[in-house]
Amino acid sequence: MNDLAPASVTRAAVAPPMAIMMELTHRCPLKCPYCSNPLAMDRARDEMDTATWMRVITEAAALGALQGHFSGGEPMARDDLAQLVQHAHREGLYTNLITSAVLLDQQKMHMLAEAGLDHVQISFQGAESGIADHVAGLRNAHVKKLAAARLVRDAGLALTVNAVMHRQNLHQLPAMLDLAVEAGAQRIEVAHVQYYGWALKNRAALIPTRGQLDEATRIVDEARKRLEGVLNIDYVVPDYYASRPKSCMSGWARRFFNVTPSGKVLPCHAAETIGHLRFDSVKDKSLAEIWLNSEAFNAYRGTDWMPAPCKGCERAEIDWGGCRCQALAIAGDAGATDPACSLSPHHDRMLNLAVEESAAGSEAFVYRMIS
Amino acid sequence: MTLTESSVPRLPRHVRFRFDAARNCHVLLAPELVIMPDEIAVAILEAVDGTASVGGIADLLAARYEAPRDAVLADCIEMLNDLAKKGMIAA
Repeated sequence: MNDLAPASVTRAAVAPPMAIMMELTHRCPLKCPYCSNPLAMDRARDEMDTATWMRVITEAAALGALQGHFSGGEPMARDDLAQLVQHAHREGLYTNLITSAVLLDQQKMHMLAEAGLDHVQISFQGAESGIADHVAGLRNAHVKKLAAARLVRDAGLALTVNAVMHRQNLHQLPAMLDLAVEAGAQRIEVAHVQYYGWALKNRAALIPTRGQLDEATRIVDEARKRLEGVLNIDYVVPDYYASRPKSCMSGWARRFFNVTPSGKVLPCHAAETIGHLRFDSVKDKSLAEIWLNSEAFNAYRGTDWMPAPCKGCERAEIDWGGCRCQALAIAGDAGATDPACSLSPHHDRMLNLAVEESAAGSEAFVYRMIS
Repeated sequence: MTLTESSVPRLPRHVRFRFDAARNCHVLLAPELVIMPDEIAVAILEAVDGTASVGGIADLLAARYEAPRDAVLADCIEMLNDLAKKGMIAA
Protein backbone atom coordinates (compact mmCIF):
# COMPACT_ATOMS: atom_id res chain seq x y z
CA MET A 1 0.00 0.00 0.00
CA ASN A 2 1.38 3.33 -0.96
CA ASP A 3 -0.04 6.74 -0.38
CA LEU A 4 -0.29 8.23 -3.83
CA ALA A 5 3.18 9.15 -4.95
CA PRO A 6 3.50 12.38 -6.89
CA ALA A 7 3.55 11.61 -10.58
CA SER A 8 6.22 13.63 -12.32
CA VAL A 9 4.92 16.18 -14.74
CA THR A 10 6.71 16.94 -17.95
CA ARG A 11 5.67 18.65 -21.14
CA ALA A 12 5.41 15.22 -22.75
CA ALA A 13 3.05 13.61 -20.25
CA VAL A 14 0.66 15.58 -18.06
CA ALA A 15 -0.83 13.36 -15.36
CA PRO A 16 -4.57 13.52 -14.73
CA PRO A 17 -5.76 15.92 -12.02
CA MET A 18 -6.58 14.50 -8.60
CA ALA A 19 -9.32 16.94 -7.67
CA ILE A 20 -11.66 19.60 -8.95
CA MET A 21 -12.54 22.57 -6.75
CA MET A 22 -15.92 23.98 -7.72
CA GLU A 23 -16.59 27.50 -6.52
CA LEU A 24 -20.31 27.35 -7.20
CA THR A 25 -20.94 30.91 -6.08
CA HIS A 26 -19.20 33.83 -4.45
CA ARG A 27 -22.34 34.65 -2.46
CA CYS A 28 -21.94 34.02 1.28
CA PRO A 29 -23.71 35.11 4.47
CA LEU A 30 -20.32 35.47 6.21
CA LYS A 31 -17.87 38.33 5.74
CA CYS A 32 -14.59 36.75 6.90
CA PRO A 33 -11.70 39.16 6.38
CA TYR A 34 -9.46 36.34 5.10
CA CYS A 35 -11.89 34.97 2.50
CA SER A 36 -10.06 33.12 -0.28
CA ASN A 37 -12.35 34.61 -2.93
CA PRO A 38 -10.86 37.33 -5.12
CA LEU A 39 -11.39 40.99 -4.24
CA ALA A 40 -13.47 41.32 -7.40
CA MET A 41 -16.16 38.65 -7.01
CA ASP A 42 -18.60 37.14 -9.47
CA ARG A 43 -22.21 38.21 -9.01
CA ALA A 44 -25.22 35.89 -8.91
CA ARG A 45 -26.10 36.73 -12.52
CA ASP A 46 -22.62 35.61 -13.65
CA GLU A 47 -22.96 32.13 -12.12
CA MET A 48 -23.15 29.10 -14.40
CA ASP A 49 -26.41 27.19 -14.53
CA THR A 50 -27.02 23.65 -13.30
CA ALA A 51 -26.63 22.00 -16.71
CA THR A 52 -23.25 23.61 -17.32
CA TRP A 53 -21.95 22.58 -13.89
CA MET A 54 -23.15 19.02 -14.56
CA ARG A 55 -21.21 18.96 -17.82
CA VAL A 56 -18.12 20.25 -15.99
CA ILE A 57 -18.46 17.48 -13.39
CA THR A 58 -18.80 14.82 -16.09
CA GLU A 59 -15.72 16.13 -17.89
CA ALA A 60 -13.71 16.32 -14.66
CA ALA A 61 -14.48 12.68 -13.82
CA ALA A 62 -13.58 11.58 -17.34
CA LEU A 63 -10.30 13.49 -17.09
CA GLY A 64 -9.42 11.50 -13.96
CA ALA A 65 -10.40 13.76 -11.07
CA LEU A 66 -11.11 11.57 -8.02
CA GLN A 67 -12.31 14.15 -5.54
CA GLY A 68 -14.93 16.82 -6.09
CA HIS A 69 -14.88 19.75 -3.68
CA PHE A 70 -18.00 21.92 -3.56
CA SER A 71 -17.00 25.33 -2.34
CA GLY A 72 -17.82 29.01 -2.70
CA GLY A 73 -18.61 31.55 -1.31
CA GLU A 74 -21.16 29.46 0.43
CA PRO A 75 -22.10 26.53 -1.87
CA MET A 76 -25.33 26.00 0.07
CA ALA A 77 -26.51 29.36 -1.27
CA ARG A 78 -27.19 27.46 -4.54
CA ASP A 79 -30.56 25.72 -4.75
CA ASP A 80 -29.12 22.99 -6.98
CA LEU A 81 -26.35 21.82 -4.63
CA ALA A 82 -27.91 18.41 -3.88
CA GLN A 83 -28.47 17.83 -7.58
CA LEU A 84 -24.83 18.61 -8.37
CA VAL A 85 -23.59 16.42 -5.49
CA GLN A 86 -25.72 13.55 -6.74
CA HIS A 87 -24.34 13.94 -10.24
CA ALA A 88 -20.74 14.02 -8.95
CA HIS A 89 -21.41 10.94 -6.81
CA ARG A 90 -22.82 9.06 -9.80
CA GLU A 91 -19.77 10.03 -11.83
CA GLY A 92 -17.61 8.41 -9.14
CA LEU A 93 -16.17 11.52 -7.52
CA TYR A 94 -15.55 11.52 -3.78
CA THR A 95 -17.74 14.43 -2.77
CA ASN A 96 -16.70 17.06 -0.24
CA LEU A 97 -18.76 20.05 0.88
CA ILE A 98 -16.68 23.00 2.10
CA THR A 99 -19.15 25.16 3.96
CA SER A 100 -19.73 27.76 6.64
CA ALA A 101 -22.69 25.49 7.57
CA VAL A 102 -24.89 28.35 8.77
CA LEU A 103 -27.51 27.37 6.14
CA LEU A 104 -27.49 23.65 6.99
CA ASP A 105 -30.61 22.19 8.57
CA GLN A 106 -32.00 18.68 9.10
CA GLN A 107 -33.86 18.58 5.78
CA LYS A 108 -30.90 19.78 3.70
CA MET A 109 -28.57 17.38 5.50
CA HIS A 110 -30.91 14.52 4.65
CA MET A 111 -31.08 15.57 0.98
CA LEU A 112 -27.30 15.88 0.69
CA ALA A 113 -26.67 12.53 2.41
CA GLU A 114 -29.22 10.89 0.10
CA ALA A 115 -27.47 12.50 -2.87
CA GLY A 116 -24.28 10.66 -1.88
CA LEU A 117 -22.30 13.35 -0.09
CA ASP A 118 -19.24 11.80 1.58
CA HIS A 119 -17.55 14.52 3.60
CA VAL A 120 -18.39 17.90 5.10
CA GLN A 121 -15.79 20.45 6.05
CA ILE A 122 -17.08 23.18 8.37
CA SER A 123 -15.10 26.34 8.95
CA PHE A 124 -14.88 27.69 12.50
CA GLN A 125 -13.72 31.25 13.15
CA GLY A 126 -13.05 30.72 16.86
CA ALA A 127 -13.80 28.36 19.74
CA GLU A 128 -16.64 30.47 21.17
CA SER A 129 -19.24 32.91 19.87
CA GLY A 130 -17.50 36.14 20.88
CA ILE A 131 -14.48 36.01 18.62
CA ALA A 132 -16.06 33.60 16.10
CA ASP A 133 -19.05 35.79 15.28
CA HIS A 134 -16.85 38.90 15.25
CA VAL A 135 -14.51 37.38 12.63
CA ALA A 136 -17.37 35.94 10.57
CA GLY A 137 -19.20 39.27 10.69
CA LEU A 138 -22.43 37.38 11.40
CA ARG A 139 -24.31 37.09 14.66
CA ASN A 140 -25.13 33.56 15.90
CA ALA A 141 -22.92 32.00 13.23
CA HIS A 142 -20.96 29.97 15.78
CA VAL A 143 -23.93 28.28 17.46
CA LYS A 144 -25.37 27.43 14.04
CA LYS A 145 -22.08 25.78 13.06
CA LEU A 146 -22.06 23.68 16.23
CA ALA A 147 -25.61 22.52 15.52
CA ALA A 148 -24.70 21.76 11.89
CA ALA A 149 -21.69 19.68 12.98
CA ARG A 150 -24.07 17.49 15.00
CA LEU A 151 -26.29 17.00 11.93
CA VAL A 152 -23.29 15.89 9.87
CA ARG A 153 -22.18 13.43 12.53
CA ASP A 154 -25.70 12.07 12.99
CA ALA A 155 -25.98 11.54 9.22
CA GLY A 156 -22.85 9.36 9.40
CA LEU A 157 -20.77 11.53 7.08
CA ALA A 158 -17.10 12.34 7.59
CA LEU A 159 -16.62 15.67 9.35
CA THR A 160 -13.61 17.96 9.21
CA VAL A 161 -13.35 21.06 11.36
CA ASN A 162 -11.56 23.76 9.45
CA ALA A 163 -9.97 25.96 12.11
CA VAL A 164 -8.74 29.13 10.47
CA MET A 165 -6.11 30.64 12.76
CA HIS A 166 -4.52 34.08 13.02
CA ARG A 167 -3.20 36.57 15.54
CA GLN A 168 -6.63 37.38 16.96
CA ASN A 169 -7.79 33.82 17.68
CA LEU A 170 -4.62 31.73 18.14
CA HIS A 171 -5.03 31.80 21.93
CA GLN A 172 -8.12 29.63 21.35
CA LEU A 173 -6.26 26.84 19.53
CA PRO A 174 -6.43 24.33 22.45
CA ALA A 175 -10.18 25.00 22.71
CA MET A 176 -10.55 24.56 18.93
CA LEU A 177 -8.99 21.10 19.21
CA ASP A 178 -11.40 20.26 22.05
CA LEU A 179 -14.29 21.57 19.93
CA ALA A 180 -13.35 19.23 17.08
CA VAL A 181 -13.20 16.20 19.38
CA GLU A 182 -16.51 17.10 21.04
CA ALA A 183 -18.16 17.64 17.63
CA GLY A 184 -17.15 14.10 16.63
CA ALA A 185 -14.91 15.26 13.78
CA GLN A 186 -12.41 12.77 12.37
CA ARG A 187 -10.16 15.54 11.09
CA ILE A 188 -9.21 19.07 11.90
CA GLU A 189 -7.32 21.38 9.60
CA VAL A 190 -5.43 23.83 11.75
CA ALA A 191 -4.95 26.29 8.95
CA HIS A 192 -3.06 29.46 9.56
CA VAL A 193 -4.42 32.13 7.23
CA GLN A 194 -2.58 32.28 3.91
CA TYR A 195 -2.02 35.82 2.67
CA TYR A 196 -3.80 36.25 -0.65
CA GLY A 197 -6.85 38.25 -1.71
CA TRP A 198 -8.83 39.47 1.30
CA ALA A 199 -6.29 38.04 3.73
CA LEU A 200 -3.49 39.99 2.07
CA LYS A 201 -5.60 43.14 2.42
CA ASN A 202 -6.05 42.31 6.13
CA ARG A 203 -2.56 40.94 6.76
CA ALA A 204 -1.63 43.54 9.38
CA ALA A 205 -4.69 42.58 11.45
CA LEU A 206 -4.19 38.83 11.08
CA ILE A 207 -0.55 37.81 10.89
CA PRO A 208 0.67 36.08 14.07
CA THR A 209 3.84 36.89 15.95
CA ARG A 210 6.71 34.45 15.74
CA GLY A 211 6.05 33.53 19.36
CA GLN A 212 2.39 32.75 18.63
CA LEU A 213 3.36 30.58 15.67
CA ASP A 214 5.90 28.60 17.69
CA GLU A 215 3.38 28.08 20.48
CA ALA A 216 0.74 26.90 17.98
CA THR A 217 3.20 24.44 16.48
CA ARG A 218 4.03 23.11 19.95
CA ILE A 219 0.31 22.69 20.75
CA VAL A 220 -0.30 20.83 17.48
CA ASP A 221 2.68 18.50 18.04
CA GLU A 222 1.44 17.67 21.53
CA ALA A 223 -2.16 17.16 20.34
CA ARG A 224 -1.08 14.85 17.53
CA LYS A 225 0.41 12.48 20.09
CA ARG A 226 -2.44 12.80 22.57
CA LEU A 227 -5.22 12.40 19.98
CA GLU A 228 -3.72 9.69 17.74
CA GLY A 229 -6.51 7.49 16.44
CA VAL A 230 -9.13 10.01 17.64
CA LEU A 231 -8.50 13.10 15.54
CA ASN A 232 -6.28 13.53 12.49
CA ILE A 233 -4.63 16.93 12.50
CA ASP A 234 -3.52 18.67 9.32
CA TYR A 235 -1.37 21.70 10.00
CA VAL A 236 -0.82 24.59 7.60
CA VAL A 237 1.69 27.25 8.66
CA PRO A 238 2.01 30.85 7.50
CA ASP A 239 5.13 30.83 5.37
CA TYR A 240 6.23 34.38 6.15
CA TYR A 241 8.33 32.87 8.96
CA ALA A 242 9.51 29.89 6.91
CA SER A 243 12.93 29.35 5.34
CA ARG A 244 11.70 27.16 2.48
CA PRO A 245 8.49 27.59 0.45
CA LYS A 246 5.38 25.48 0.83
CA SER A 247 4.50 23.07 -1.97
CA CYS A 248 1.68 25.35 -3.06
CA MET A 249 -1.19 23.32 -4.59
CA SER A 250 1.39 20.44 -4.72
CA GLY A 251 2.76 22.22 -7.79
CA TRP A 252 1.14 24.55 -10.31
CA ALA A 253 -1.34 22.65 -12.53
CA ARG A 254 -0.08 19.33 -11.24
CA ARG A 255 -2.91 17.85 -9.17
CA PHE A 256 -5.68 20.42 -8.78
CA PHE A 257 -7.75 22.92 -10.60
CA ASN A 258 -10.39 25.41 -9.59
CA VAL A 259 -13.51 26.44 -11.51
CA THR A 260 -14.92 29.88 -10.64
CA PRO A 261 -18.66 30.64 -10.42
CA SER A 262 -18.59 32.09 -13.92
CA GLY A 263 -16.60 29.17 -15.40
CA LYS A 264 -12.98 30.25 -15.49
CA VAL A 265 -10.55 27.41 -14.88
CA LEU A 266 -7.63 28.29 -12.60
CA PRO A 267 -4.61 26.36 -11.30
CA CYS A 268 -5.42 27.78 -7.84
CA HIS A 269 -8.10 30.03 -6.41
CA ALA A 270 -5.78 33.05 -6.25
CA ALA A 271 -4.27 32.67 -9.73
CA GLU A 272 -6.28 35.53 -11.21
CA THR A 273 -4.05 37.95 -9.27
CA ILE A 274 -1.41 37.15 -11.89
CA GLY A 275 -2.68 39.72 -14.33
CA HIS A 276 -0.72 38.75 -17.43
CA LEU A 277 -2.10 35.19 -17.56
CA ARG A 278 -5.22 34.49 -19.59
CA PHE A 279 -7.53 31.87 -18.09
CA ASP A 280 -9.79 29.77 -20.26
CA SER A 281 -13.45 29.18 -19.52
CA VAL A 282 -15.43 25.95 -19.56
CA LYS A 283 -17.93 27.89 -21.65
CA ASP A 284 -15.42 27.96 -24.53
CA LYS A 285 -13.30 24.82 -24.14
CA SER A 286 -13.42 21.34 -22.66
CA LEU A 287 -11.73 20.73 -19.31
CA ALA A 288 -9.36 18.26 -20.96
CA GLU A 289 -8.24 20.87 -23.48
CA ILE A 290 -7.72 23.41 -20.70
CA TRP A 291 -5.91 21.00 -18.34
CA LEU A 292 -3.52 19.83 -21.03
CA ASN A 293 -3.00 22.85 -23.23
CA SER A 294 -4.06 26.07 -21.58
CA GLU A 295 -1.35 28.72 -21.65
CA ALA A 296 -1.99 29.60 -18.01
CA PHE A 297 -1.69 25.98 -16.86
CA ASN A 298 1.52 25.41 -18.75
CA ALA A 299 3.10 28.73 -17.68
CA TYR A 300 4.47 27.36 -14.38
CA ARG A 301 3.87 23.63 -14.73
CA GLY A 302 6.72 21.25 -13.86
CA THR A 303 10.23 22.69 -13.47
CA ASP A 304 11.16 24.11 -16.91
CA TRP A 305 9.98 27.65 -16.06
CA MET A 306 12.10 27.93 -12.93
CA PRO A 307 14.69 30.69 -12.48
CA ALA A 308 17.97 30.23 -10.62
CA PRO A 309 18.40 29.16 -7.82
CA CYS A 310 15.19 27.06 -8.07
CA LYS A 311 16.24 25.25 -11.23
CA GLY A 312 18.33 22.26 -10.26
CA CYS A 313 17.61 22.80 -6.55
CA GLU A 314 17.26 19.49 -4.74
CA ARG A 315 13.86 20.67 -3.55
CA ALA A 316 12.60 21.62 -7.04
CA GLU A 317 10.30 18.58 -7.18
CA ILE A 318 9.43 18.77 -3.48
CA ASP A 319 8.07 22.31 -3.27
CA TRP A 320 7.70 22.88 -7.04
CA GLY A 321 9.00 26.41 -6.60
CA GLY A 322 6.45 27.37 -3.95
CA CYS A 323 3.78 29.91 -4.74
CA ARG A 324 3.56 32.03 -7.90
CA CYS A 325 0.95 34.39 -6.45
CA GLN A 326 3.21 35.13 -3.49
CA ALA A 327 6.19 35.69 -5.79
CA LEU A 328 4.11 38.31 -7.59
CA ALA A 329 2.65 39.86 -4.45
CA ILE A 330 5.97 40.24 -2.61
CA ALA A 331 8.75 40.05 -5.23
CA GLY A 332 6.75 41.73 -7.98
CA ASP A 333 7.27 38.89 -10.49
CA ALA A 334 5.18 35.73 -10.70
CA GLY A 335 8.17 33.92 -12.23
CA ALA A 336 10.57 34.80 -9.41
CA THR A 337 11.74 32.60 -6.56
CA ASP A 338 9.07 32.43 -3.85
CA PRO A 339 10.25 34.96 -1.22
CA ALA A 340 9.41 32.41 1.48
CA CYS A 341 12.70 30.80 0.40
CA SER A 342 15.77 32.13 2.22
CA LEU A 343 17.57 32.08 -1.16
CA SER A 344 15.25 34.79 -2.50
CA PRO A 345 16.64 38.36 -2.40
CA HIS A 346 13.20 39.42 -1.08
CA HIS A 347 13.15 36.92 1.79
CA ASP A 348 14.27 39.28 4.56
CA ARG A 349 11.80 41.94 3.50
CA MET A 350 8.94 39.44 3.69
CA LEU A 351 10.05 38.26 7.12
CA ASN A 352 10.26 41.85 8.32
CA LEU A 353 6.72 42.55 7.07
CA ALA A 354 5.51 39.76 9.33
CA VAL A 355 7.56 40.85 12.32
CA GLU A 356 6.52 44.50 12.05
CA GLU A 357 2.85 44.01 11.22
CA SER A 358 2.32 41.35 13.89
CA ALA A 359 3.78 43.70 16.51
CA ALA A 360 2.18 46.96 15.43
CA GLY A 361 -0.70 46.14 13.07
CA SER A 362 -4.21 47.46 13.75
CA GLU A 363 -6.81 44.90 14.88
CA ALA A 364 -9.45 46.40 12.59
CA PHE A 365 -10.77 44.24 9.73
CA VAL A 366 -11.79 45.16 6.21
CA TYR A 367 -14.67 42.70 5.90
CA ARG A 368 -15.25 40.87 2.66
CA MET A 369 -18.04 42.29 0.54
CA ILE A 370 -19.23 42.22 -3.03
CA SER A 371 -18.77 45.78 -4.21
CA MET B 1 -9.54 -0.67 17.52
CA THR B 2 -7.49 -3.72 16.55
CA LEU B 3 -8.88 -6.26 14.12
CA THR B 4 -8.42 -9.97 14.80
CA GLU B 5 -9.32 -13.12 12.89
CA SER B 6 -12.91 -13.00 14.11
CA SER B 7 -13.51 -9.29 13.34
CA VAL B 8 -15.92 -8.42 10.53
CA PRO B 9 -14.41 -5.48 8.63
CA ARG B 10 -16.40 -3.02 6.56
CA LEU B 11 -15.83 0.24 4.74
CA PRO B 12 -17.22 3.20 6.70
CA ARG B 13 -19.91 5.28 4.99
CA HIS B 14 -17.38 7.97 4.09
CA VAL B 15 -14.79 5.71 2.44
CA ARG B 16 -15.13 4.71 -1.21
CA PHE B 17 -13.34 1.90 -3.02
CA ARG B 18 -13.57 1.69 -6.78
CA PHE B 19 -11.76 1.11 -10.05
CA ASP B 20 -10.42 4.24 -11.76
CA ALA B 21 -10.43 3.95 -15.52
CA ALA B 22 -8.24 7.04 -16.07
CA ARG B 23 -5.33 5.47 -14.15
CA ASN B 24 -6.23 1.84 -14.75
CA CYS B 25 -6.06 0.95 -11.06
CA HIS B 26 -8.21 0.71 -7.94
CA VAL B 27 -8.47 3.68 -5.62
CA LEU B 28 -9.52 4.04 -2.00
CA LEU B 29 -10.97 7.48 -1.35
CA ALA B 30 -11.40 9.30 1.96
CA PRO B 31 -11.38 12.96 3.06
CA GLU B 32 -8.40 14.66 1.36
CA LEU B 33 -6.83 11.26 0.80
CA VAL B 34 -6.36 8.97 -2.18
CA ILE B 35 -4.70 5.58 -1.72
CA MET B 36 -3.84 3.25 -4.59
CA PRO B 37 -3.83 -0.23 -3.08
CA ASP B 38 -1.50 -2.88 -4.50
CA GLU B 39 -2.77 -6.15 -5.98
CA ILE B 40 -2.94 -8.01 -2.66
CA ALA B 41 -4.70 -5.13 -0.94
CA VAL B 42 -7.22 -4.95 -3.79
CA ALA B 43 -8.00 -8.66 -3.41
CA ILE B 44 -8.56 -8.21 0.32
CA LEU B 45 -10.68 -5.06 -0.09
CA GLU B 46 -12.84 -6.74 -2.72
CA ALA B 47 -13.66 -9.42 -0.14
CA VAL B 48 -14.60 -6.83 2.51
CA ASP B 49 -18.40 -6.86 2.33
CA GLY B 50 -19.49 -6.23 5.91
CA THR B 51 -20.41 -9.90 6.46
CA ALA B 52 -17.17 -11.86 5.94
CA SER B 53 -14.79 -12.12 8.91
CA VAL B 54 -11.06 -11.54 8.53
CA GLY B 55 -10.62 -15.31 8.91
CA GLY B 56 -13.25 -15.92 6.23
CA ILE B 57 -11.47 -13.53 3.87
CA ALA B 58 -8.19 -15.36 4.52
CA ASP B 59 -9.90 -18.71 3.75
CA LEU B 60 -11.22 -17.34 0.48
CA LEU B 61 -7.93 -15.84 -0.68
CA ALA B 62 -5.81 -18.79 0.48
CA ALA B 63 -7.99 -21.08 -1.63
CA ARG B 64 -8.07 -18.76 -4.63
CA TYR B 65 -4.30 -18.19 -4.76
CA GLU B 66 -3.33 -21.63 -3.39
CA ALA B 67 -1.29 -19.87 -0.70
CA PRO B 68 -0.62 -20.89 2.93
CA ARG B 69 -3.53 -19.66 5.05
CA ASP B 70 -1.33 -18.45 7.93
CA ALA B 71 0.61 -16.10 5.67
CA VAL B 72 -2.56 -14.81 3.99
CA LEU B 73 -4.22 -14.22 7.35
CA ALA B 74 -1.19 -12.29 8.59
CA ASP B 75 -1.29 -10.12 5.45
CA CYS B 76 -5.01 -9.47 5.89
CA ILE B 77 -4.67 -8.49 9.55
CA GLU B 78 -1.73 -6.21 8.90
CA MET B 79 -3.30 -4.43 5.95
CA LEU B 80 -6.75 -4.01 7.51
CA ASN B 81 -5.29 -2.72 10.77
CA ASP B 82 -3.17 -0.26 8.86
CA LEU B 83 -6.33 1.09 7.19
CA ALA B 84 -8.29 0.99 10.46
CA LYS B 85 -5.66 3.25 12.05
CA LYS B 86 -6.38 5.78 9.29
CA GLY B 87 -10.12 5.46 9.89
CA MET B 88 -10.63 3.78 6.51
CA ILE B 89 -11.84 0.42 7.85
CA ALA B 90 -14.39 -0.13 10.59
CA ALA B 91 -15.36 -3.36 12.34
